[in-house]
Amino acid sequence: MEYKEIIAQLKAIPSVEVEERYPDETYILTAPDNFRQACELVNKKAHTPVAMFFARDKRGTGQGFGLYCVFMSTHQFKKWLIVSADIGPVDPRFDSLAKTIYSASLFEREIKEMFGIEPSGNPDLRSLRLHEESWPRGFYPLRKDFKAPDPGIKTEGEYLFTRGEGEGLFEVPVGPVHAGVIGPGHFRFSVAGEPIINLEIRLGFTHRGVEKIFEGKTVEEAVKLSERVSGDSAFGHSLAFCRAIEKISGLVVPDRGLYIRAIFLEMERMYNHVSDIGGIALDVGFGAPANLAAMIKESLQQLNRKLSSSRFLKGVNTCAGVSQNLDGEKTGFLRNELAKITADLKLLNDMLFESASFMDRVDGTGVLRKNTAFDLGISGLAARACGISLDLRKDFCGVYPGVKAKVSREYGGDVLSRLKLRIFEFNESADLIKGYLDNLPRGNIRKDHIQHKTGFGLGYAEAWRGPVLYWVCLDEQARIERCKIVDPSFQNWQGLAFGVLGDIIPDFPVCNKSFDLSYSGADL
Amino acid sequence: MINIIKARFKKGIAARDIKAGVLPGGSGSCGAELKEMIIKKFGRSLHIRQVDTGSCGACVSEIVACSNPVYDIQRFGINFVASPRHADCLLVTGPVPRNMAKALKSVYDAMPEPKFVITLGDCALDGGVFKDSYYASGPASAIVPVALHIPGCPPDPETIIKSLLGFLSVTS
Repeated sequence: MEYKEIIAQLKAIPSVEVEERYPDETYILTAPDNFRQACELVNKKAHTPVAMFFARDKRGTGQGFGLYCVFMSTHQFKKWLIVSADIGPVDPRFDSLAKTIYSASLFEREIKEMFGIEPSGNPDLRSLRLHEESWPRGFYPLRKDFKAPDPGIKTEGEYLFTRGEGEGLFEVPVGPVHAGVIGPGHFRFSVAGEPIINLEIRLGFTHRGVEKIFEGKTVEEAVKLSERVSGDSAFGHSLAFCRAIEKISGLVVPDRGLYIRAIFLEMERMYNHVSDIGGIALDVGFGAPANLAAMIKESLQQLNRKLSSSRFLKGVNTCAGVSQNLDGEKTGFLRNELAKITADLKLLNDMLFESASFMDRVDGTGVLRKNTAFDLGISGLAARACGISLDLRKDFCGVYPGVKAKVSREYGGDVLSRLKLRIFEFNESADLIKGYLDNLPRGNIRKDHIQHKTGFGLGYAEAWRGPVLYWVCLDEQARIERCKIVDPSFQNWQGLAFGVLGDIIPDFPVCNKSFDLSYSGADL
Repeated sequence: MINIIKARFKKGIAARDIKAGVLPGGSGSCGAELKEMIIKKFGRSLHIRQVDTGSCGACVSEIVACSNPVYDIQRFGINFVASPRHADCLLVTGPVPRNMAKALKSVYDAMPEPKFVITLGDCALDGGVFKDSYYASGPASAIVPVALHIPGCPPDPETIIKSLLGFLSVTS
């Protein structure tokens, strides 16, 4: 449906106001009673799942709690549609969206545990990060008047897992401490022999209270913090955050800064994709390509350090530009190294595809269906592997001037599709970097004279896993009043839980690696 | 198969020469008795159990990189093991959120003597940028006795290996 039609239908709902706050961001303010209706309308007519859904404590200004539900529309028009409502401060509750829009479920659980706002009618309100075993009930961290509980307060309650029961069915718990060198998370399998009947993933073991730590920080401090939300997406996160600030304060990044940002974003994509390709080979026991991939990743990280003094591209993004310039010597070096690295990747690709036993392991394993992925709100590479073609570099391409990204998709939804897509995106990133280098404009890399404004807005970037979203609100002192972060891992873990159904437990590591999701990005 | 052989000849020997490093100041408190035992028993073979307690993933990525052909930590006799029962040393990353405190203690208790703990990364020392988090349950050193700390955000693989070799007082 066209933009104007959706807006007209929304305005037909009583007491709705539409504010086109930014060219790519439209706010739809509703009364609390009509909030659900408005969200369902956008979800259906713009054919898009919930991208982000969060609350905000505005009781200090007498506005109660604010609810914001963000939809990304890309089919017939490219805009972010944000439905919002203010609910009263006493006994705060709202009509749950989860029964009609499944992609809102996890967000509602988060709102409940962080703010104590009740999503009436949501059948699953178990803890997400503040686990019943280690956090007493009744303490809501993101409220402005929150005080941390004393260590002595008793915890109560139990997290009940979905169980399959029957003859020959077993429950296999794995984690939070895993056998390999990897982050903590709990996986509860219900198996009948080897095939997996159900998988429930319980995360939250890397929760550090990031959103609360953001509050009160200056913009410069916050950029550094955003790089540490998920270490391997340091650049993607800091880029999304900087974009939010630049939008709010109306800061224009000079063209050279934009191009350098685009180059580094692709460099982050490349080193992570090759790391996953190696990981997939390793998890099926194919050592030679796993080690070659590890060497390619190492060359890319050393290249990162050469260009930016950081193997993870930390410290590059800054408000209204970048802090590292790419002068003639660096660009020449980058081109040469890229040529070598892409040749190595071709060798890696051939190594993998010439092995029949490897192909047998990855073909048809871990299939995630397109409809399931859509309902769950899966985004990024995992979605593209199921045939859902969404990529912020293509859909919101105004921010990538001059050079167009080619976006591919696969239709199998299996490990092989995700592998092929990673190889494609790696090569495409190398081509994009060459294109950006060829067209690199002269001039400043950062805007001078930065003045911050009060306000709020949404910043976004297509990081290597998928779209990273930062909704930021700045107060009068240009400090962070609220920062809501959504890493694509938050929703995509559910994709893994559905993807492994029917496969055998020994295939779980390769499926997990083919998604390669962030524990810390999901847990914040 | 042909491509595997091709790669082998194209890449040659990739391992970089790494020597034991001088430990940065304030990197750990290790009594003389423990240090003597470590040098005597673990200088030639060390089995490490790594536990991530809430890190952002960068430290874990660098630890994994220690096993790649460029750094090849295994040539020094240092291995990563899957179970605390097989481990000599516990390597901790991350600021230890409340829901990982019990898991960390259980892993340490499951390790047989002699054992010691190494913390890696700024978060593991005192929480790093997450120091004031409402969910932090004290740094790793409040839960298990730490013998060595490797600072950095994250420390790169060469630093990690040099610190380990320096701590084990091994010259390669």
